[in-house]
Amino acid sequence: MTQHAETIALFDRAILARAARDAVMKLNPRLLMRNPVIFVTEIVALLTTAVGIESVVRGQGGAFALTIAVWLWLTVLFATFAEAVAEGRGRARAESLRRARTDTMAKLVLDPREPQMWKPTPALDLRKGDLVLVETSDLIPSDGEIVQGIASVNESAITGESAPVIRESGGDRSAVTGGTQVVSDWIVVRITAEQGSTFLDRMIALVEGAERRKTPNEIALDILLAGLTIIFLVAVVTLVPFGDYSHAALRVPVLAALLVCLIPTTIGGLLSAIGIAGMDRLIRFNVIATSGRAVEAAGDVDALLLDKTGTITFGNRMAAGLYPVPGVQERELAEMAALSSLGDDTPEGRSILAFVRDRFGITATAPEGATVVPFSANTRLSGLDAPGIHVRKGAVDSVLSAISLSSAPQAFTDAVSRVARAGSTPLAVSAGNRLLGVLELKDIVKPDIKERFAALRRMGIRTVMVTGDNRITANAIAAEAGVDDVIAEATPQDKLAYIRKVQAEGRLVAMCGDGTNDAPALAQADVGVAMQSGTQAAREAGNMIDLDSDPTKLIEIVEIGKQLLITRGALTTFSIANDISKYFAILPAIFLAAYPGLGALNIMQLASPESAILSAVIFNAIIIVALVPLALRGIKFRAIGAGALLRRNLLIYGLGGIAAPFAGIKAIDLVLHSFHIFS
Amino acid sequence: MTIAGGAYIALIFVLVLGGAIPLGLYIARILQGEVRFLAPVEHGVYAVCGVDPAREMRWQDYVVALLLLSVIHLVLLYAILRLQEYLPFNPQHIGPMSPRLAFNTAASFTTNTNWQSYAPEAQISNGAQMFGLAVHMFISAAAGIAVAGAVMRAFTSSGLQTLGNFYVDLTRITLYLLLPFTIVAALLLVWSGSPQTFAPFATAHTIFGSVQKIAVGPVALQEAIKEFGTNGGGFFNANSAHPFENPTIWTNILENWLLLVIGFALPVAFGRMVGRPRQGYALYGAMAIILIAGCIGAYAAESHANPLHVAAGISAAPGNMEGKEVRFGIAASTTFNVSATGTSTGAVNSFTDSYMPLAGAVPLFMMELGEVTPGGVGSGFYTIIVFALLSVFVAGLMVGRTPEYLGKKVQAREIKLAMLSVLILTVFILVGGGFSLITTSGLASLANAGPHGLSEMLYAWTSATENNGSAMAGISADTPLLDYGLGTAMLFGRFAFMIPVIAIAGSLAAKPKLPDSSGTFPTDGALFVALLIGVIIILGGLQFLPAMTLGPLAEHFALFAGKTY
Repeated sequence: MTQHAETIALFDRAILARAARDAVMKLNPRLLMRNPVIFVTEIVALLTTAVGIESVVRGQGGAFALTIAVWLWLTVLFATFAEAVAEGRGRARAESLRRARTDTMAKLVLDPREPQMWKPTPALDLRKGDLVLVETSDLIPSDGEIVQGIASVNESAITGESAPVIRESGGDRSAVTGGTQVVSDWIVVRITAEQGSTFLDRMIALVEGAERRKTPNEIALDILLAGLTIIFLVAVVTLVPFGDYSHAALRVPVLAALLVCLIPTTIGGLLSAIGIAGMDRLIRFNVIATSGRAVEAAGDVDALLLDKTGTITFGNRMAAGLYPVPGVQERELAEMAALSSLGDDTPEGRSILAFVRDRFGITATAPEGATVVPFSANTRLSGLDAPGIHVRKGAVDSVLSAISLSSAPQAFTDAVSRVARAGSTPLAVSAGNRLLGVLELKDIVKPDIKERFAALRRMGIRTVMVTGDNRITANAIAAEAGVDDVIAEATPQDKLAYIRKVQAEGRLVAMCGDGTNDAPALAQADVGVAMQSGTQAAREAGNMIDLDSDPTKLIEIVEIGKQLLITRGALTTFSIANDISKYFAILPAIFLAAYPGLGALNIMQLASPESAILSAVIFNAIIIVALVPLALRGIKFRAIGAGALLRRNLLIYGLGGIAAPFAGIKAIDLVLHSFHIFS
Repeated sequence: MTIAGGAYIALIFVLVLGGAIPLGLYIARILQGEVRFLAPVEHGVYAVCGVDPAREMRWQDYVVALLLLSVIHLVLLYAILRLQEYLPFNPQHIGPMSPRLAFNTAASFTTNTNWQSYAPEAQISNGAQMFGLAVHMFISAAAGIAVAGAVMRAFTSSGLQTLGNFYVDLTRITLYLLLPFTIVAALLLVWSGSPQTFAPFATAHTIFGSVQKIAVGPVALQEAIKEFGTNGGGFFNANSAHPFENPTIWTNILENWLLLVIGFALPVAFGRMVGRPRQGYALYGAMAIILIAGCIGAYAAESHANPLHVAAGISAAPGNMEGKEVRFGIAASTTFNVSATGTSTGAVNSFTDSYMPLAGAVPLFMMELGEVTPGGVGSGFYTIIVFALLSVFVAGLMVGRTPEYLGKKVQAREIKLAMLSVLILTVFILVGGGFSLITTSGLASLANAGPHGLSEMLYAWTSATENNGSAMAGISADTPLLDYGLGTAMLFGRFAFMIPVIAIAGSLAAKPKLPDSSGTFPTDGALFVALLIGVIIILGGLQFLPAMTLGPLAEHFALFAGKTY
């Protein structure tokens, strides 16, 4: 994985300064309406301020009311600040993207048959369907598809990866992105996006959160929080007649304090920051989600469709075993296999040299005067000829015909079929006209992948391996990697059908793909991760784009989705659990004058009724800023199974949510008391 | 607290929790249409009523059927109460009820509340008791269980468009569950001394030579369904403290068992219906833990003698015996009372108004929690499902998946409806209670001042809104404000709660049922039980804490400081 352009510190000074300014701008009630809990807090703050000022004007001393009002305003500000910080981090990333979008001059091609005849045109004036010529060191003016030529393109502006990639017309690598740079050769590109809606533009919009819409779960949570707010509003407003009856004079600041402490301001203030931070975590991971809904769905995924090559295996077959025929020493076979592979520069050939070196300590060197027979796709073998040595290694039938052997010994054919049954590729090794044995080339499963799949299984996620290999090979690798299911000899239609089948069982599926023929499956999947290196069609169909084009990241994407949901749930639980202790702080305080006996409920031994109420309000405000780092960083996901995870989080955020305010409120009260503030 | 008292509480719970299991399995079979021993009767009912038993209802149809039945019965009962002097079985020649009291009473019995603003002996005839009130005790109970059954079906499979047939459910529950048990229980009560007669009075000659007329009537059957259907409306004003309703400690145990057992049986039935017994037992466990805690708490608080009695030298040794039947004692009184408020029964065998403040707060709090411990027949079950959905929603995200309960995703629509139903209860209790305390007509109803008066008024509105019917007493409830106000609260508390719940069931039923995996939020273990209890207390009870502080809590501290109101 490559790191995106720059890592942004959790609290970057510039971001904080900008966020502080934005936080004030966000106080606009029309903007705050989107967030019912904080909106109510603002109204209450306004009311308390008015009452405080009125008392001051009338000379009745409004110090307490105004102090409460200040902290209520701070509660609102802290909430808007949390959102502004999260947005600021996104904006900082967007800035680095925006630098790539400069006003370039494009070379507009008028006649596709004569690409070298072009007219300089500002990139901003390009239309969909226009053809442009892009030559070495030119910036590609807009998103498009290569219609002619081949070039290496530096896409670091988008991916952060500095190694250039090859782009060519036709096939799955024909899409280019505006803002990237051609570093060699030339291409003719057909523009596929209007200005303002290019990939870069959309990425900037997504990263900045401008297009942020509430996700389904956020909407549901908002309803819950709004419902709780109304319930507590009813409880506090009706306390007026109950208090009236009880001859307990309840003043506005006191009721305001009670209400704001009871409504879930903590989660209300942090909810959007958590969502933005979740998207941001993906971006840091070089994955762009086109919607928050996709990130949420990632947490819910039940099945992962993983391409075998590159995700589960290294992608190249490697030497993994030697099976000599009777009468041949294993070491001799190894030596001959190594010698015959000197002429094989393919990854497979190199893996044989490495295998022999690691296993037998043999470093093969060509003897004086030897002729190397290089590997070719036609002969399907390689070898070495030297005086007295004629070794060959290659596909079984090629080697057999090369040494003119019509029927191989039984032991040899047995070994060949055994290797094939295990899903590996058998190669034959010969010396002179003698068959020495079989060399096994195997798709090597990545070392830690089995553990990762086991972890996924503990999370309740099934892994499905997708491969073009035949069933035997596929099953062998599947067993070794520990996947739950296999789609062998997979065509794009098979993938689509499999996804539909799994979805019909009510499961959510994630997959990644890059080719145009992957597009239907990407669109059908609940989480479709398109590779940045893929075609435009694939990128349009997916709801996430991996800028590193690394299919293994699907697993991390799921973890990031889960992390987002866990953070949201934990802070909701924490916020609601906080209410219990706030009752113990405020209720005895507000009724103490009417019923002195209620002082017994002041179990925290808070100094005075005023300091008790003020301490609760202060705690309620500063817990929001205190939790901003947690909201932005997210709560770590652990693959320990849902039961264990729930126990752990419920203990920390549920019981912790009940206990924390007792300590916090008491501490604040002690500070107020030591400064003789309202006590 | 005594060992005998503790043993009594333990006995009740062993009998109830043990008996609920086979009963729950039996109810599941009834709801699934497997119990048909009275098939000819059933078919006769369908034929007479023109019901097509094969017709499956969507949730909207289910609501319409329920409302239609309830409206017709509300009107019918109102008519009976207004016209009772012209109807048969009125040997006492009792005149018509006033319109507002008849409305209040009709609303009360249609909603399974059984709030009684009237004195039965003087204001209602034997005929009206039998054909008006007792009939509604069956119907409203069966309607509640039917809705619970519809909610259970929503979780059984994927993509369901229908929730069953309301009329079929109603008929089967009445025929196979309510009637047989009620008849057996009534016989046991008759055997223990409860009257079941059409005679208006028993005449007794006292040792001083005077003649006393003692009200009797068809008591035993009404008493049985009163408890079994969590109704609570007594044949007599003194309710289960009256020796004809509840003659002995044995009938007291029987009645306590009857009023709790269906509530605990329904989650068991649910576990059976969804094929996952442990899921049902988790709900059953949460209900039991809160109820047992309430019973022990009330018993402990009531075992304290009233300090003012002690000071006056009139304290009885076991604790506060004021307002209690000597034949029951403290444990059997508090347990009955907490059971009757933990369910929506509201029957009493002792006088709640005379309880120590904290002991009186327990029944009040049990009602405020939303009647889920185990709640009214049917209503307790569907209410705890609402809380289970909210629990899963709040904490479920903490396992890293969007929330689901029994494979059904909990989304905006369900949360909206769930919050709406919780809000309805809060609004009626607090707005009604608060308003009554600042209006002259409300204040005029109060017999006590100070926090005790506040508790009485809060209790009345809570009892009505939560469809309990228990009265703390101490207020004159037959006033225009309270008759109409509480009557409206009962109707909203029942139907404005039930309709969103059926809508939730309809919405969940249509969703695909997702298969469980190791990443699924476990809702069948101790952890979920603890979470559910926490959510019930925080979302169901906490909003009432400020008002409670000014009522029972303030009174408690004042009383022990020697101050009365």
